Amino acid sequence: MAFNGHQREDDNSIDEDETPSKQLRSNNETPPGHFRNEPNNEAAAPAGRATSDRRTSNSTTRHRHDSMKKTRPPFPWFGMDIGGTLVKLVYFEPKDITAEEEQEEVENLKSIRRYLTSNTAYGKTGIRDVHLELQDLTLCGRTGNLHFIRFPTHDLPAFLQMGRNKHFSSLHTTLCATGGGAYKFESDFRTMADLQLHKLDELDCLIRGVLYIDSVVSSGLSECYYFENPTDPDRCIQKPYTLENPYPLLLVNIGSGVSILAVYSKNNYKRVTGTSLGGGTFLGLCCLLTGCSTFEEALEMASQGESTRVDKLVRDIYGGDYERFGLPGWAVASSFGNMMSKEKRESVSKEDLARATLVTITNNIGSITRMCALNENIERVVFVGNFLRVNTLSMKLLAYAMEYWSKGQLKALFLRHEGYFGAVGALLELLHPS
Amino acid sequence: MAECGRVDSHTSGHTMDKSITLPPDEIFRNLENAKRFAIDIGGSLTKLAYYSTVQHKVAKVRSFDHTTKEAASDKLYEISVQEEVTARLHFIKFENAYIETCLDFIKDHLVNTDTKVIKATGGGAHKFKELIERKLGLKVDKEDEMTCLIKGCNFVLKNIPHEAFVYAKHADSEFRFQTANPDIFPYLLVNIGSGVSIVKVESEDKFERIGGSSIGGGTFWGLGALLTKTKRFDELLQLASKGQHTSVDMLVKDIYGGSYAYLGLTGDLIASSFGKSATADKEFSKEDMAKSLLHMISNDIGQLACLYAKLHNLSRVYFGGFFIRGHPVTMHTITYSINFFTKGEVQALFLRHEGYLGAIGAFLKGAEEDNPNQYSWGENYAGSSGLMSVSPDMNPMQRARSGTFDMLEMDRLERQLVNLPLLQDPSSYIPDTVDLTEDALAREYWLYCFEEALDGVVKRAIASQPEMPEAAARAEKFRQKYRHKLQTLRQQPFAYGSLTVRSLLDTREHCLNEFNFPDPYSKIKQRENDVALRYYQKAVRSLEELSWEERQFALVRGVLAGNVFDWGAKAVSDVLESDPEFGFEEAKRQLEVRPWLVDSYDQWLERQKGPPHKCALFFVDNSGVDIILGVMPFVRELLSRGTEVVLASNSGPALNDVTNSELQILTERIAAMDPVIQAGLREDRLTLVQSGSSSPCLDLSRLDKVLAMVVRERQTDLVIIEGMGRAIHTNYYAMLSCESLKMAVIKNSWLADRLGGKLFSVVFKYEVPPDKQPSPDCAALTP
Repeated sequence: MAFNGHQREDDNSIDEDETPSKQLRSNNETPPGHFRNEPNNEAAAPAGRATSDRRTSNSTTRHRHDSMKKTRPPFPWFGMDIGGTLVKLVYFEPKDITAEEEQEEVENLKSIRRYLTSNTAYGKTGIRDVHLELQDLTLCGRTGNLHFIRFPTHDLPAFLQMGRNKHFSSLHTTLCATGGGAYKFESDFRTMADLQLHKLDELDCLIRGVLYIDSVVSSGLSECYYFENPTDPDRCIQKPYTLENPYPLLLVNIGSGVSILAVYSKNNYKRVTGTSLGGGTFLGLCCLLTGCSTFEEALEMASQGESTRVDKLVRDIYGGDYERFGLPGWAVASSFGNMMSKEKRESVSKEDLARATLVTITNNIGSITRMCALNENIERVVFVGNFLRVNTLSMKLLAYAMEYWSKGQLKALFLRHEGYFGAVGALLELLHPS
Repeated sequence: MAECGRVDSHTSGHTMDKSITLPPDEIFRNLENAKRFAIDIGGSLTKLAYYSTVQHKVAKVRSFDHTTKEAASDKLYEISVQEEVTARLHFIKFENAYIETCLDFIKDHLVNTDTKVIKATGGGAHKFKELIERKLGLKVDKEDEMTCLIKGCNFVLKNIPHEAFVYAKHADSEFRFQTANPDIFPYLLVNIGSGVSIVKVESEDKFERIGGSSIGGGTFWGLGALLTKTKRFDELLQLASKGQHTSVDMLVKDIYGGSYAYLGLTGDLIASSFGKSATADKEFSKEDMAKSLLHMISNDIGQLACLYAKLHNLSRVYFGGFFIRGHPVTMHTITYSINFFTKGEVQALFLRHEGYLGAIGAFLKGAEEDNPNQYSWGENYAGSSGLMSVSPDMNPMQRARSGTFDMLEMDRLERQLVNLPLLQDPSSYIPDTVDLTEDALAREYWLYCFEEALDGVVKRAIASQPEMPEAAARAEKFRQKYRHKLQTLRQQPFAYGSLTVRSLLDTREHCLNEFNFPDPYSKIKQRENDVALRYYQKAVRSLEELSWEERQFALVRGVLAGNVFDWGAKAVSDVLESDPEFGFEEAKRQLEVRPWLVDSYDQWLERQKGPPHKCALFFVDNSGVDIILGVMPFVRELLSRGTEVVLASNSGPALNDVTNSELQILTERIAAMDPVIQAGLREDRLTLVQSGSSSPCLDLSRLDKVLAMVVRERQTDLVIIEGMGRAIHTNYYAMLSCESLKMAVIKNSWLADRLGGKLFSVVFKYEVPPDKQPSPDCAALTP
């Protein structure tokens, strides 16, 4: 294996500080083979940088490989993000296991791998998002597949019980975890499963994860995409987007709540603000208003409903556009405004209510985001988080809102691995402690 | 009343009390001459505005022609009571359910009007268009809602001191009123109706809707009704005030187990609104859901407001709309949100007359030809209900009395009012020395004091109109009205902005005027002036016999002793009532001996040894001995030194304070016997101006425009303020950009106590601003 790119690990500490955007994207986790196959990336890399890469190449390869082996953590490799609603788990399944390794491998490890990779559902609520799986990924000199698994946070005890049953702790692995639950459930991990968590900040992990996934996924389905013609429903289509020179960018993470980050470089970001009106609010209100109990149900209802029966539009008040202030008649003047009237409350369906809830929460995130983008003077917005999972409705609304209200100044971007970036960031921390 | 009763039976489906418990003619006042109607119909409240002229009695003084011997009576001048017509704006707010009754009442009482059009605004305007046109026979002319709102907002911010306040739920006084900044622009108005509009206002005519949100009052109401099955907005708010949002919301600590210390997010922060209700198998209480909803909406609006304020670099953010209107709960949550998102850098401001903005604006649109913005207007405390008058939470007593009607009346002031150009910092100037809204002990004392004094005021009012037999009945009405005001203020000290001794005095004057007691002291003033005038020459002669230094001291003592003659102060009025011979000399003997309680006389004397002032502005106080034997000799001395003098006296009567028209006569009479004063007048070195005020106190930020002009033209470098009302209750701490002299005798033992003195303690406060301190060079020039 000619790891001609591996010298990069040597400059790791330098990279941390002065990485220009391009190197970031082809950072040290990038498999060199992969790198070579991307003429575009190569070409875009600063010339000076490329020269220095070549100068140190090959000569140190063998040495590097050995030293990596020493510092490489033992399997299994997990990254975990324990949010308010969902636990996100990424698991690296090595596919380059040698016969020798296979023999050495303890039974527990095999059983975990088999369990995770041979199923797509775990227990009642655990799910593996097979469509997101990243195959033939080289991580820390090992090649394998990256799996994306999620389950509700309230089922964490069952997960811990499983860990206990499978004697997870005997593997002496470090479990890197982020999200609030890493703190909240730290003692549960210790007492219930005899596991020591390595706790990580969720925003650090999020950014690391986003930048990594975007850099490795370039063949096949593009990780990043946008909606073309968002203001025209008939011509609105999803298009791949290359996140070159990603900075500065506004990263909007919509989980149970929302965090908005301004990212200026790999290590330079700030949390601009957040809002408590997020995915949790959508689901929470939908449950109360419609009696549903899952995100999927709520979305399904929303897709069949009509929010204009619930919301009061500008035209409901002014009969048309409010021209004095450039407000179009179709704009929502008051979310749930029609529900002030008893008759209208009695005439709406659950689907209408679900739709209105979705539209309200989504548009609100859109307008807060837009204001932050203006205040921070950033034109590109990347929306992530599990609220957007299978939620094209919201993504199109966001795309529309960014485009319309900014008169085309703002671009809404989305990433396929929506909610998993924190977990990916945690995994990277396991492999390359910063 | 009967008509109102009929409505009751028609609308019996409602749970509300529909009876108008005040006779309608006490609500829709002065309808006979009403014109320029405007109406703002909102979702639940209607606001009616009209302009009317009010006839009321004013006391006029007129000099007798003293050249003809036979006309000369023993009286100095003639007092006559005349009818005067003044302009007043009426604003009435009531629930939409009353519209029909009210329109009927208005139609029946609208006698002689040539009004053809009624300006209308608000979401409900089109709904009631036909009804209004049919009932009143007026053409409904719709005006843009936002334009009206902004026009109204500018109007109240300009004309009503203490219009804006910050709300602090847990502070001693929940309402902290802002000092009126003369420069009101630019500001952000966040109007929370069913949706939210965020408007940037840059000048009288320039404003822009820079943003908004669909999550507003309608969301709270609509979503709240769905979640709790509670129909009424007020009830939803009540539910919310009883709930616990933590059982519905997902907090940071629900996710983290504690705080998210890395970002400095505390554990109690809401991470996800309604995050805990994402389950099918748990019940949540109505109260908790309503509270969670209220937090969600308030926080969201607050956040957007902050983002817009930041983007446009604005620090003054006013909140209005039905979501806010008179609801302490929403004011609290919005305030909390703004504090959180701006880390205290921006304060959420609310407006006392927020509910009237649309109606005021619509009215102003219709009255453009009258140029209402050319005048200054003043809130009439007698005719206005005050803040929270219809809030049952705040004041159950009030609700029982006046039903759900709230009124605002504004008088057009004769003169346009502006800042005294000599204020060091107009934006931080606070006229009043003690804010009784915040100082509970002082409040208790003064409310008691004014209540105690009420009998005496009523007696004096009756005595001032001996030729009118119905005066007693009118005085009794005055008593009831003022006592009711005092009771209201006991419950709601914030009703008319910061409660101060000045506002208590002004409210009393407004109530007296209301019942046609324009000047209860006119005859007493006349008698006192007469007596004092006879003594003038003797007083001046005796002063001239003194050495320069003795004279300076005697002049100051004269002003102070003269100031003891004050019918406004209870201690003195007692003595004066029982012993009218209480003389000037007696007063001097009563004065505290030096050193006085506040005593910078030595510095003043030193200064007098130096070059004369260019021009002195003298705010005078009482008539009689005070002005004639105290102030005039002092003025005479200033004139002799070469200092020009501007005498500022009240435009209208207040207690026994000398009014401008009285002072004109007195000065002429004095000039006739004193060549110094005569020369001063002739050479225009002595000028009489009116202050623009009719208060026993003094607000230096609302003074007659002419006064300000004269002050500027004459390069005034000394301001003298005399008397307890003007120099102690107000302006004690006022910072001027030139030298100032504040002189008063404390004629109230409670106040004396407070200031660490005793009855008849003297305040003699001479101040030189830091940048005007004499340099050593200057000192060398002194003789």
